[in-house]
Amino acid sequence: MINQKISWKQTLHALLYLAPMMILLSIFFLYPIISTFILSVFKKYNFYTNAGQGIGFDNFAYLWHDPMFHQAVKNTFIFVLGVVPASIIISLGIALLLNRFSKVRGFFQTLYFLPYVTSTVAIAMVWTWIYHSDYGVLNFILKLFHLPPVGWLTDPHYTMLTLIIFSIWKNLGLNIILFLVALNSVPKQYYLSASIDGATPWQQFTNITVPLISPTTFLLTINAMIASFKVFDQIYVFYHNTAGPNNSGMTIVYYLYQKFYVENNYTVASAAGTVLFVIILLATLLQNYVSKHYVHY
Amino acid sequence: MTKRKLANILFFLILVLGALIMVFPFFWMISTSVKTPSEAAQVPPMLWPKHPHWVNFVNAFHAAPFGRYLVNSLIVTVCTTAAQMFTSILAAFAFSKLKFWGKNLIFMIFLTTMMVPIEMLIIPNYVTLSETHLMNTYLALILPWAASFFTVFTLRQAFNAVPPQVYYAAKIDGASDWKYLWTVLVPICRSSIVAMTILEVISSWNDFMWPMIVTNDPNMRTLPVAVASFTNDVGTNYPYMMAAATFVIIPMIILYVILEKYIIQGITKGGLVG
Repeated sequence: MINQKISWKQTLHALLYLAPMMILLSIFFLYPIISTFILSVFKKYNFYTNAGQGIGFDNFAYLWHDPMFHQAVKNTFIFVLGVVPASIIISLGIALLLNRFSKVRGFFQTLYFLPYVTSTVAIAMVWTWIYHSDYGVLNFILKLFHLPPVGWLTDPHYTMLTLIIFSIWKNLGLNIILFLVALNSVPKQYYLSASIDGATPWQQFTNITVPLISPTTFLLTINAMIASFKVFDQIYVFYHNTAGPNNSGMTIVYYLYQKFYVENNYTVASAAGTVLFVIILLATLLQNYVSKHYVHY
Repeated sequence: MTKRKLANILFFLILVLGALIMVFPFFWMISTSVKTPSEAAQVPPMLWPKHPHWVNFVNAFHAAPFGRYLVNSLIVTVCTTAAQMFTSILAAFAFSKLKFWGKNLIFMIFLTTMMVPIEMLIIPNYVTLSETHLMNTYLALILPWAASFFTVFTLRQAFNAVPPQVYYAAKIDGASDWKYLWTVLVPICRSSIVAMTILEVISSWNDFMWPMIVTNDPNMRTLPVAVASFTNDVGTNYPYMMAAATFVIIPMIILYVILEKYIIQGITKGGLVG
């Protein structure tokens, strides 16, 4: 039984177990991947007959020349740059603090993780109230510090900041939990021997902690990047089904949604989807490359 | 006081301040829910109303058919999760314990589905479901998520940790693969299975974009979709809006507080799949 040759019967038997997963994923994942690529190179597409005409890169040319898509790409990158580094640094800091106070760690961990299990749409609704220009708590706090009120949801200059603050808050808990796992997997003896050798806490942090948790840091960075590239729900809620004042909150996924669902322009939406796919693929490849070459294990 | 003690107090205060920032929006949601509209708009804001209007929750619940939305969300969440766990357990078992031709090839092909942004797939899936006349049905909300390779991948790792000797012993005792899977393997790996189940419940309950796209019939909305369009029904009545948000959020918070151990376990196992 252990070293037996594989037979047709065994293969059929295994395929029975795999069939439900294979059929569903083929219909709803594999076919759509190919279908999106095909749709994106059709010049014309008829939704009712599901037939396309003419092959070319017109849709990509359209994206290339569409100022709205430029805005979407720019905003998406601003969002990623605004969310990811801040989120990684803050969550590592909190994880380090939580480790210092092991007695209350569980309690605080629960609190910090709350936003993560919450519906983005519902809690974004709460934040529209917090961000409200006239009655919002945030502007009230600014006023306590004698700062002028900010049109968080109405001033196009603040749109990205508004989205970034909310998104950092929403996803902090996940990174904290994973950093805690990484921090606790560092052997205690390392710190012990380092302190015997007279290393300061800061030296211990930079020479032991940082290199040893670098695989986690890296993984979290990439995961946060991939998630941030796909930002959508909070924009939809904050700006009532628009991409913000003067489209200042337009991102790649919002653009895709807008073209697909609002304008029924399936081919251009598919091209935007393909661009998103390429960006995320590059991030994944970068993840594999860097983790093989630079991360200390 | 020593320097170290002082530092500790400072660090603790930072933690407390951070926790307050994390929790404040939830508190504010409840607090606003039980205010009157004019109390909600008061400047400076009142932390908690003198006479909380708990009846706001009842009124908001009836301001839109939230009973129906709640049932929709429950049906979709339960069916999606059950289907996904069932298909994933079967597939993970085959990948982990069975020998067959093309195993690596099949694994690699479906592994690609993990790297694709779901947002990109909504267009073809929308077309598929329109053509099969499934728009505005529960099936449209459930079927696309009834299988997940991420879940297969994570469960396969849990199954791999069970030594093959257990499998051979069961086979020698005359157990079929089916029986071994459900009476031996699944019970052994139950904590991983529970963890993945809860994570799927949470993500299915909170899912927004797909349910919004396949339900233009208001009767088929799930809770998050209903809440997002609730502003159209009540305008600027913030207490009602916050009450509606509470309906979506509270069930998951209760689930989280009860099952935190499993959720954390699922996150750490799943999150470190790289």
